[in-house]
Amino acid sequence: MARNITYREALNEAMAQEMERDETVIVMGEDNAGGAGAPGDDDAWGGVLGVTKGLYHKFPGRVLDTPISESAFIGAAIGAATAGMRPVAELMFVDFMGVCFDQIFNQAAKFRYMFGGKAVTPVVIRTMYGAGLRAAAQHSQCLYSLFTHIPGLKVVMPATPYDAKGMMIQAIRDDDPVMFFEHKALYDMSGPVPEESYALPFGEANVVREGGDVTIVSLGRMVHTALEAAGQLAADGIQCEVIDLRTTSPLDEDTVLESVEGTGRLVVVDEAHPRCSVATDISALAARKAFGALRAPIEMVTAPHTPVPFSNALEDIYIPDAQRVVNAVKTVTGWSR
Amino acid sequence: MTDDRIVPVTMPKWGLSMQLGKITAWAVAEGDEVKAGDDVADIETEKITGTLEAPDAGPVRRLVARVGEDVPVGGTIALLAPADVSDEALDAAALQARAVIDAGVPDEAAGAAELQTADVGGRKISYAGAGEQGDVVLLVHGYGGDRNSWLFLQEPLAARYQVYALDLPGHGTSAKDVGDGTLDVLVGAVTGVLDALGAGRAHLVGHSMGGAVVLAVAARDPGRVASLTLIAPSGFGSEINAEYLRGFADAQTRRELKPVVGLLFADEGLVTRQLVDDLLAYKRLDGVDDALHALLGTLLDGDAQRGDSAAVLARLGGAVPVTVVWGAEDRVIPAAHAESVSGATRRVIDGAGHMPHMERPAHVQSAIEETIARAT
Repeated sequence: MARNITYREALNEAMAQEMERDETVIVMGEDNAGGAGAPGDDDAWGGVLGVTKGLYHKFPGRVLDTPISESAFIGAAIGAATAGMRPVAELMFVDFMGVCFDQIFNQAAKFRYMFGGKAVTPVVIRTMYGAGLRAAAQHSQCLYSLFTHIPGLKVVMPATPYDAKGMMIQAIRDDDPVMFFEHKALYDMSGPVPEESYALPFGEANVVREGGDVTIVSLGRMVHTALEAAGQLAADGIQCEVIDLRTTSPLDEDTVLESVEGTGRLVVVDEAHPRCSVATDISALAARKAFGALRAPIEMVTAPHTPVPFSNALEDIYIPDAQRVVNAVKTVTGWSR
Repeated sequence: MTDDRIVPVTMPKWGLSMQLGKITAWAVAEGDEVKAGDDVADIETEKITGTLEAPDAGPVRRLVARVGEDVPVGGTIALLAPADVSDEALDAAALQARAVIDAGVPDEAAGAAELQTADVGGRKISYAGAGEQGDVVLLVHGYGGDRNSWLFLQEPLAARYQVYALDLPGHGTSAKDVGDGTLDVLVGAVTGVLDALGAGRAHLVGHSMGGAVVLAVAARDPGRVASLTLIAPSGFGSEINAEYLRGFADAQTRRELKPVVGLLFADEGLVTRQLVDDLLAYKRLDGVDDALHALLGTLLDGDAQRGDSAAVLARLGGAVPVTVVWGAEDRVIPAAHAESVSGATRRVIDGAGHMPHMERPAHVQSAIEETIARAT
């Protein structure tokens, strides 16, 4: 039975149900239990934004607080995964991931390949991304493109509570390392989520709105920005098809291409920087494989190629908004040779 | 104040969760003469697109709702009235109807329908009821379906009966464990819900596999069953589209599932993205894959049907009225099987596939009501 819960609660429920089902699932990270050395009673943080709150009491001994040493505990999680556990490690902000690139890029991503399939690394690395929380340049980036570039990693970013639960369950059951991106601004979003467990397969984009005039490809928080724009455009008689990629590795090329073949116009909406990004990747995909269908140049709506500003006013205009998507759609629908 | 010769055509309630509908196209214009049952409009809900049929005969005097706007369930979308009803009276009624549409969904109507559960032999079985008077009617869906497959029928029937629809084990929001996957487990769930309802006797309506299930309930406990309406029931011949059943059980993605679901309908345009997404979300719940594959073994013997509903019906020996309803264009179980159902009233409905209760609900409703009437 589906009921409305938040994105945060959906993630928590997914972890709890998998911990219940499989005792090799463990949760670890900074303040994931209650703060280092604390029993997690009164001062239980459950992670910096409370996603793992309550798990410590349900599964004592399986929710571990770690030192503030990302390279150590991400390495430990990857090692535990190769040794038969299914760790879900929380690396607070993706901005801090740089100190454990070797563990992720060179170890976790390579084991299965280099050991001829004899080793698997079923680790989930949860992390927060995205701007909008006034958290400045070192706590606000959208770095999923970096990980999408590395073969051997799965890279996923649910946009709704329903997807958050199903994708977390899939991530835990998956035998490959999964980079699990959670947008800070989505944690309080509510939506229908079944009480039962379910796994959403990776590599299946979701067509969240159908329309025949323009394809808007988006991901994560930007799905909602794209939908807001599509709603406004419908009032002007422009029907947008909005695609939520859900995962960038694996990537559901077919859903994007089929849509572009139908509409002939593509706008990609991505909160990340514009170079070597998901936006450029999707644009290249359509230009290469759906060139004959395109009736206008592809438009990208992204953040600028700058750090995320700390100034409130600048941060607000840094993040792509519905108006910019509307403008991009009008550019492609109004384009003529 | 309103002339009682004015007949409102209202936004139907297709399914317990429906609150709004949208007219996508009118099949009539002001001034047209309609008969009861004629197509009036195509209506789109969150879940499905369907055709609304006229509740009564008469000239269409006013079209109140606009194409494409959201209309709350129960809101008047058109007015029928004889020619001697004045334009002033119609304008007043139309204005009133317009105000209801513009007001949108009342707050108290928001929120999901009340779902009840019964514990049947350790399994949680979900069911939902509508209607407060008259005999108990229990609707039992088919393989891979759930209580929502009765969305076009449950509310209309509830005007005269207490109408319940359940989710069989392995389906909907009921427990997903189907034990050994035999029909007995499903039969037990139906009798368990009847017990929970405290219903001494009930009219049972079963679709496809659910038809075989309600027949088995009647055979096991004839005193419990007042009438049977079997819609495209399984077990009345050996032919079946085994590819459909296996395709449904095996489909992992929307791409795989959509063409399979299309086989259920005469008009594949009824298969909306939402319908496929809902089915996919169901199929992805833990335990559903095992349940569907276990039931497949009960339904199929190679590429043929395994069950023998005809023998079960023969054992009943005409104890209760039985009607069999089939869609003429059924691509899952051929409509020709209707002929082998002896001792039953037969109705074959044109323009419907394996889901006549979704494609031609008014016809199926009248078949059910007629069967119930024969029981009393």
